[in-house]
Amino acid sequence: MDMEKRSDILKRILSFAKPHLWYLAAALVSALLSVSLTLYAPILIGRGIDEILEPGKVYFDNLKPILIGLIAVAILAALFQWLMTLCTNMVTYKTVRDLRVAVFNKVEEIPLSRIDSRSHGDIISRIINDIDSVSDGLLQGFSQLFTGIITIAITLGYMLSLNFKVGLVVVVLTPLSLFVASFIAKHSFDMFRRQSAVKGQLSGYIEELVGNQKVVKAFGYEERAQGEFDTINHQLYEVGVKAQFYSSLTNPCTRFVNGVVYAAVAIFGALSCIAGGFSVGALSSFLTYANQYTKPFNEISGVVTELQTALASAKRVFAVIDEPAEEPDAADAQYPQNCEGQIEIDHVHFSYDAAKPLIQDFNLKVQPGQRIALVGPTGCGKTTMINLLMRFYDTDSGEIRVDGQPVKQIGRNALRSLYGMVLQDTWMFKGSVRENIAYGKPDATDEEVIAAAKAAYAHSFIMRLPQGYDTILTEDGGNISQGQKQLLCIARAMLTKPSMLILDEATSNIDTRTEIKIQKAFGEMMKGHTSFVVAHRLSTIRESDCILVMKDGQIIEQGTHEQLLKQKGFYHQLYYSQFVQTAS
Amino acid sequence: MLKFIKYLKQFRKEVFIGPVFKLTEAIFELIVPLVMAKIIDIGIANGDKAYVLKMGGVMVLLGLVGLGCALICQYCAAKASQGFGTVVRSEMFRHINSLSHGEIDQIGTPSLITRITNDVNQLQLAVAMLIRLVVRAPFLVIGATVMAVAIDWKLACIFFIASPLVALALYLVMSRSVPFYRIIQRKLDRISLITRENLSGVRVIRAFSRQQQEKERFLEASTDQMEISIAVGKISALLNPLTSTVINLAIVAVVWFGGFRVNVGGMTQGEVIAFVNYLNQILVAMIVVANLVVIFTKAAASASRVNEVLEMEPSIISKTVTPVQEKENAPKLSFDAVDFAYPDAGDYSLTGISFEAAKGQTVGIIGGTGCGKSTLVNLIPRFYEVSNGAVKVDGVDVREYPLSQLRGKIGIVPQKAVLFSGTLRKNMQWHHEDATDEEIWEALEVAQAAEFVRKMPDGLDTMILQGGKNLSGGQKQRLTIARALVGSPEILILDDSASALDFATDAALRQAIARFCSERENGVTVLIISQRANTVRYADKIVVLDDGKTVGIGTHEQLLESCEEYREIYWSQNEMEGARE
Repeated sequence: MDMEKRSDILKRILSFAKPHLWYLAAALVSALLSVSLTLYAPILIGRGIDEILEPGKVYFDNLKPILIGLIAVAILAALFQWLMTLCTNMVTYKTVRDLRVAVFNKVEEIPLSRIDSRSHGDIISRIINDIDSVSDGLLQGFSQLFTGIITIAITLGYMLSLNFKVGLVVVVLTPLSLFVASFIAKHSFDMFRRQSAVKGQLSGYIEELVGNQKVVKAFGYEERAQGEFDTINHQLYEVGVKAQFYSSLTNPCTRFVNGVVYAAVAIFGALSCIAGGFSVGALSSFLTYANQYTKPFNEISGVVTELQTALASAKRVFAVIDEPAEEPDAADAQYPQNCEGQIEIDHVHFSYDAAKPLIQDFNLKVQPGQRIALVGPTGCGKTTMINLLMRFYDTDSGEIRVDGQPVKQIGRNALRSLYGMVLQDTWMFKGSVRENIAYGKPDATDEEVIAAAKAAYAHSFIMRLPQGYDTILTEDGGNISQGQKQLLCIARAMLTKPSMLILDEATSNIDTRTEIKIQKAFGEMMKGHTSFVVAHRLSTIRESDCILVMKDGQIIEQGTHEQLLKQKGFYHQLYYSQFVQTAS
Repeated sequence: MLKFIKYLKQFRKEVFIGPVFKLTEAIFELIVPLVMAKIIDIGIANGDKAYVLKMGGVMVLLGLVGLGCALICQYCAAKASQGFGTVVRSEMFRHINSLSHGEIDQIGTPSLITRITNDVNQLQLAVAMLIRLVVRAPFLVIGATVMAVAIDWKLACIFFIASPLVALALYLVMSRSVPFYRIIQRKLDRISLITRENLSGVRVIRAFSRQQQEKERFLEASTDQMEISIAVGKISALLNPLTSTVINLAIVAVVWFGGFRVNVGGMTQGEVIAFVNYLNQILVAMIVVANLVVIFTKAAASASRVNEVLEMEPSIISKTVTPVQEKENAPKLSFDAVDFAYPDAGDYSLTGISFEAAKGQTVGIIGGTGCGKSTLVNLIPRFYEVSNGAVKVDGVDVREYPLSQLRGKIGIVPQKAVLFSGTLRKNMQWHHEDATDEEIWEALEVAQAAEFVRKMPDGLDTMILQGGKNLSGGQKQRLTIARALVGSPEILILDDSASALDFATDAALRQAIARFCSERENGVTVLIISQRANTVRYADKIVVLDDGKTVGIGTHEQLLESCEEYREIYWSQNEMEGARE
């Protein structure tokens, strides 16, 4: 990261803080006031001490106003300190919220290809961890940096004004603190980097071996695993001791530097007192300053490392915000409510990776009400067709038309709501069964929801759930079976009364009885609707008007069941190995 | 937390030396204000420059010795705490390895992983703090008070009022803010839940055009989190202002009443300054104590989570370490009126299961989801313990075997194809560490994996990434089959393990396994678990399960005749052929 880019990132973060700029300004003013007042207190204390010299030489009349002033200063300093923290919190938390929302909103808008090609964990970590580190490092850090710098400046100012010569001694010793602080920061940073590398290795190992403990046991691998674990664990120990030791040097070393500054002030201060022109009270104030003086250096050097991490995090956050959103709908886009269901696929080319062409010059004409089956071995790329039909992905060239209208001329949301989609990879969110069914039509009445559930053969099992339609499904719907989830997805799709359908038949993990229900529900849904079915069942395939045979992402054959069998190609082979086991 | 003391034993020296040196440093720190008081009262009062210089030198010396002590202490702390963490981690890993499936299910793997990583880190931090600060901070508070009393006990009364007040302020603020941190964490978890849902359900969300509502849901959750953070911030922001106000007021009192004491000759000016310094030291130490309380509260929670694992008794252990003698002429595998219920589950998952498999036989087990197929298989290597009845291998109850002998006989291909990071060869040697390349290639050949492995530039030395990310599902599945075949197991269990294979490969695989098994000296007994009738129809014997009970045992033809459930499964999957026949 070069300097210019860093300042760009900083500027962008500030632009997010802009709506809360008043709080930021208030925080800075409060910080300035609180630090000045806090640092003014030792001067007052020193003046007070100068009024109590020795027996008989204590001037209470002078002491009183000084002490009253001290009380006022203490209370005001505390008040501004509180205000400063409050304002910093406001800026921080509000900016963090805005940043999170901005990233999330962008995630809702970027093309699917950008989501598919990334690890979900990575995006989540940017929204949660990286933004947290921006908040810790940049916003909180910024206020620490600010107070640190003004503390140093004001302390120096007070010291120099109290006694220029003794103040100069402190200035001369300053580089010592800077040197120590940066030396330690640099070394512990290196060590921490090495430590986190080993740590990552160890957690990776733990995740793998503990996560698959059942396999470990099945193969009697326990002893060898322990050996491998202990090796990495020991490496972590070696580097961990060093990292912890180096980083824990900060406090003792600063205390030592502090001690040296303190002693120097004591010697030069005392000598000045003897020479005259410097009071014992002033010396006492000076000593208090000397005690506080080196602390901010430490904090600042800590903040600088934190700032660096925060900038790196901010960069990752902005990378998501900068993702280009889906191309907006055309200005003259149509927003049809429903359609006849005539689909033309016209010379379509598509690939995920330009180097690996997938779909080439694909043509297909589907009449309203026809059924198209997609067939092929697992992983053959049947979802690619769904991606194109739903316009999750755009074609590279060629055109798909619905009722003669090119899909690029139809609003994305309008196009998508023409289809009812039930995928095998079912998706439930944390919420009640009712909310999950009504997902596509949140204003649906209870009657409508129940009617859809009945049509999807889901009503009876829902009624057997502990709270019926109000049963809360856990994340990923862990409390109902895979087949039941698919029934709910069917109900969800039925509720919106789509014009066309995209269905994905179940392959496994579903018991026979539920499978029969799903089959029936699918059958009823498809009546009179144009439908695309990722098919595994022979009956579905045979009754289709057209079968698309896919392999390795490409459409290799296309036709009716009879036509394809006659071709004696891949479909023929697939058909006989999958459905008709030769009794040899 | 006391239970963890035993893991510190080997670091006894560090645990002892560390605090001793820390205390020494603290004592030097406490002496400094006294030296300063002497400089003022003797050096300045008498105009004795030599004395000032001497005492200044003493101060630097005190600082140097203090630094030395502190470094020794920090090193002890680093060594003891990191060592402690290392020992606990190793102990936990060992213990987790000894737990049976039942216990692992009870805690859950994600939780086990956090416990062995994050929770142990928390404990490690607590140990470091224990050595570095636990002795020091209270000592500084007490020491400063004692010093003050020694100088002038009357004025020191202010300390006895100020210290409890500071403690009270700390207590009030922390007891009101700390519990909220857990709530904030929960709100943050909700934000990440919504994000995760939106990523995994992106197709459904866009298909139903619900982006806008999802944005609102997210906005709501993050606003919620923001508001509670601000509210808690208001309370915890009070901490520093409150404590420093108390201390400053105490200083005012010290100077005012100190004035009276000086006036009557009970105290010197320098001693008043020392008092002020001690008060400041107390403030700093008290804040350290507050942080310690937070660290130890967290550590206590972690400690109980770690302890829960360590104290968990493995329910399944070997009765003996000496190998058991198998019975000759007994069936290779037999289930004898087996009932099984999962721990904490009310109902039996399996009831009255009885069947036998002779040496070299292939047995198919079929049934719908949740009928107990995988459960049944898990009883053979004794992953779970039967509730009633017995599972026997070679005529001996599995509970009589040492686990290593029993599991050494069995090759399992689990449903989920799991491979581990490391070379392909190492993955193949999981069961038999000393398997030769020839044996591995033979297994790969049978598992239909040899072809693609040969195409890999590094062959058996190919590095497999964590979770086998650099392989396709079908490749992974074939490799896990090969892994189970290396070393020729006596019993081979295939738990729905061909789901990611295309049909031609699946058929070739089944033939190759049959050939491989019949070529072995005593034959390999094979158990094939599946939901698909076509996968098991050529087995010597098929066991049909429904709802945890056997509803039919026999060959394909027999079952078609006699078993209603089998017919239902078969015909629903083979309508076409049914029509033809």
